[in-house]
This record gives sequence, structure tokens and C-alpha cells, in this order.
Amino acid sequence: MTDLHSLTLERASALLAKKEISAVELARAALKRIDITNRDIHSFITVTEEAALAQARAADARRARGDTGPLLGLPVAIKDVILTKGIRTTAGSKILADFIAPYDATVTRKLLDAGAVCIGKTNCDEFAMGSSTENSGFMVTRNPWDGERVPGGSSGGSAAAVAAHQCLGALGTDTGGSIRQPAACCGIVGMKPTYGRVSRYGVIAYASSLDQVGPMAQTVADCAHLLAVIAGHDPHDSTSVNRNVPDYRKGLDGTIKGLRVGIPKEYFVEGMQAEVEQAVRAAVQTLETLGALVSEVSLPHTEYAIPTYYLIATAEASSNLARYDGIKYGLRLAERESLLTMYQRTRAGGFGTEVKRRIMLGTYALSAGYYDAYYLKAQKVRTLIRRDFEKVFATQDVIVTPTAPTTAFRIGEKTSDPLQMYLSDIFTISVNLAGLPGLSLPCGFDRSGMPIGLQIVGRPFEEDKVLQAAYAYEQATEWHEKTAKR
Amino acid sequence: MALDREVVQRIAALARLELSQEDEAAFTQQLGHILQYFEKLAELDTQAVEPTAHVVQIAEAYRDDVVTNLPATEELRANAPARDGDFFKVPKIIE
Repeated sequence: MTDLHSLTLERASALLAKKEISAVELARAALKRIDITNRDIHSFITVTEEAALAQARAADARRARGDTGPLLGLPVAIKDVILTKGIRTTAGSKILADFIAPYDATVTRKLLDAGAVCIGKTNCDEFAMGSSTENSGFMVTRNPWDGERVPGGSSGGSAAAVAAHQCLGALGTDTGGSIRQPAACCGIVGMKPTYGRVSRYGVIAYASSLDQVGPMAQTVADCAHLLAVIAGHDPHDSTSVNRNVPDYRKGLDGTIKGLRVGIPKEYFVEGMQAEVEQAVRAAVQTLETLGALVSEVSLPHTEYAIPTYYLIATAEASSNLARYDGIKYGLRLAERESLLTMYQRTRAGGFGTEVKRRIMLGTYALSAGYYDAYYLKAQKVRTLIRRDFEKVFATQDVIVTPTAPTTAFRIGEKTSDPLQMYLSDIFTISVNLAGLPGLSLPCGFDRSGMPIGLQIVGRPFEEDKVLQAAYAYEQATEWHEKTAKR
Repeated sequence: MALDREVVQRIAALARLELSQEDEAAFTQQLGHILQYFEKLAELDTQAVEPTAHVVQIAEAYRDDVVTNLPATEELRANAPARDGDFFKVPKIIE
């Protein structure tokens, strides 16, 4: 049998059901794996060993009583922007370095109620702002495929943890690509559900009209399984939508005959890595071989997505992050100075450079005299981007694109030029602006052996079709069977 | 568009951020560069376009006006940077 830590969720679940392994054994295997590999990878900010073992024992006891939760006894990791009651939750920021979550996020509660064992909190870019996880206030996470490269971001800790088999699945959040881009960089599967599909209650806010929580795992089926657990209406989140949640896993049968697949011509741009384009074109051919009807489509406003996103996201962030004032929780500096100085020094000392840069940009975009030219303009262009997708989806079932223009870049390569870093999100951010479901899965490797991601985007609330297309492709290929060297 | 240092100082004051000299210089240059790139949006005629603030239709979220959250006051106060019994301690605000 393969090592316990490298099982898929599905396989581990089957073995648990047959009582061939126990939840405690699985948790110990994951914790041991973290112990051995985390000093190189740095994917976890907090490892919750004791709580995990207690949850694993409870899961075994539940099973002994005949209980069968959908995630009963399965070790998962949670991005550190998601609240976990009684456990430190930092958002990757020094301003929350000692913050103990007073309650569980709805998604945390749903995982625990389903029987999951939470083994720790994963590293991320501070307040989920970044594309490389280098903006964490605590540590730089390394890509398990090559320790000199970034794991992508902002959910880089979750992606690296899954790729390094430190957990069987993880939660991330995605505001502009923060699940899909790290999934692509680390050779795993990650999905951003439709805006409104999953509750954000208890998720530390970055840009509220864009943020969404989603699953990250080794396979499409595992993502489908996790999504079915976390999706659904939540009275605590007025933006969560009250719609039936299908059993996403059950729908996967690998048949996509007649599925209409649109390939947007604007997503094959100059400057993208040639191997990425080749791998994605080859993947499209595979889909065609499987019976999909492929056609070229156009999303004409694609080139405006980055400025639109960075104006809207930073404006919302500048407002959301106004709450970090050193009064009720978090860091407080210059306590003996005036109130204003206390605010200014606390925020100066607690926030990292990228967070400050985005707060500045957002404050500027919202300030008197600039509001119409920047923020309102961006909201209008957002409408045009949304309409582009509506038009394409009138004749197509899914859209297929590269997830990112390059494979994982080197640590430090883009830190001195924020605009270059922003451009890594070029293929993922439109999906957030339009609120659509999007998934990334492995579709090849470049000559350095770094994984390449394929993005599949669907109509609102058609996660099932996206998963179906992804599953069919995955079953027809072997990319997902390769594992990172660590 | 080029951004001058005074604008950066004014924005920092609005955002309640004390910037170091180095941050101020770097942000002046970087934000100017980023905003210049964002000027691209001006190419589009959006006179007749409605803004999108939110992509989903948010259904009415009214509920009965009863307390549903547990008063976890101790957990909440436990995160206070400074407290005095049941109160949050703050710097003096009235001279």
C-alpha cells in the first residue's frame, strides 16, 4: 500500500470505511510528514497537532458507533485567513500575529461537522494579497517541485501542503486567482466556486465583492467532494445564495461528448511561456478527442481586467482593512501617544509593504476627485467584462484557458516590481470580476519539470459542468499521478 | 500619470498609515507607475454602461429581530491589546 500521507481523499475515505486504517493513523502520518518536510517547505503557520489527534480519535469513535460523515477522519488544512475557534488565525499578517479566533467560520464548522481532522493553518500572502506567498508576514513558502521557486499565491501554503502530501486536502480563498494560480504552480487541483456558492462568514475579508472560498486537493473528485461539504446558503452571509447543492462527486462519470468548449483567443498572449501555450493547446485537443465541441471565442475586454481588478479590489481592501486600528484586537503600537499616532504607528508596524501599497492605491481610488475616474470607471468596465462572458456562455458550456502565463517563478524574481507581480493574475482575475466558477488542474510540465495549469470556467452555479470537464480530462491523462520531489 | 509626494502624504494620512521616508519615495514612484498603467481604462467609452458593484442578485436577508449570536464576550475581549476588567483600554482622546 502507498504511504498513508499520499493517499487521495477518496482512497483514504474508502480505507477508513473498510476499517483498514484509522483516522488516528492518518492524522499521525500527516503530522509526521509535516514534521519531516515543513522545515523546507514552510507551508504551515500553525500546526494543530493536539487538536488534530483529538479530532481523529473522536472520528474513530464516531465510526465505531456506525457514523459516516462525508469527511470522517480525513486530515485537511485550512488557509490562515479562515477563522478556527480557539486557534491562532493570522491572515499571514503581523497585525494579527496573536489573534485567537473567537468563533469558527461557517466553512470550518462544515468541515468539522463532516468529520474532518484539521491539522493546521496554512501560510498565505498577507490578507491574501499576492501571487507568490512572499508577502506573508511570517515566512516564505517554497514550491515542493523546486525549493527555489514560489508556490504561487495567495493560497500558496495550502497548495504546497497538498502537493507535498502534508494533508489530503485544503481550503483556500480566491479573490483574483489565489486558489487556481497556486494550484497550477504546485501541480494540484483547485477550484474557485461561483460567487455566493460558499459562505464567507468568518473569512477575513480582502475584497468583498470578489472573495470566495474553495477546495484544493490532488484530484478533481477530491475537490468535488470537498466542495459538496462547504457549499450552500448561510444565513450569516447575506451574499451566499440559497440554491440546491448537488452531490458534485456523484455527477462525475467522465463523459463530455457534445460539451461545447470555448477557447478565448485573447488568452494566448505575447510574452506567455511557450510551453504553457503548447500544453494548453494539447489539452484542448484531448478534450476534442473525448467528444467536446471546441470553438474559438472572444472575450474582447480581457486586456482591461487587471486595472479593473486592482482598482476594485484595492478600494474594497482599503475599506475592509480600516478595522485594524489597535483597539479591540490585534497589534497596538505607540500606546502612550495620541490616538491618531497610535492608529498610524500600529498600522505602519503591523502591515507589510504590499498591504500598505494596496491600501494606498484603494484609498486614492476612492478619494474625492478621483472616484469617478478610477473606482466608478472600473465598476463600469467590470460590467463590460461580465457581458463578454455572458455572450460567450450563450453558445458555450465551458471556457478553457491557461491558468497562468508562466509556471512558478523564482523566489524574489518579481518582488521589486509590483506591476509585474500583478500581471501573473492575467488569466484568473476576470473570472472573479464576473463571479464565475473556475478550476485549475495539471495539464503538463515545462522543461524544468514545473507543473502547468489548465483553467476551466463555467456559467454561474454550474460547478458540476466544470468539474465534469476537468474529471474527463484528468481521467484521460496522467499528469495528476506525478508527484513533487518532496 | 506621475504622482507627487504630497499626494502620497495626503493619501497616507487618510489611510492612517505612517510611512517611512523610504516607503514614501518607493510608493510615489510605484503608485505613479501603476496608475499610469491603469489609465488604459480611459480608452473605453463607458458613458452608457451601468456599474457593477456586485455580480449576484442578493435576496432579501431580513429575519426576525431576535438575538441569534451567542454573547461570546470573554473570547472577544481576550484579544484586546489592553483591557481593564470588562473594558477595552484606549489612549486618551480628550485633552
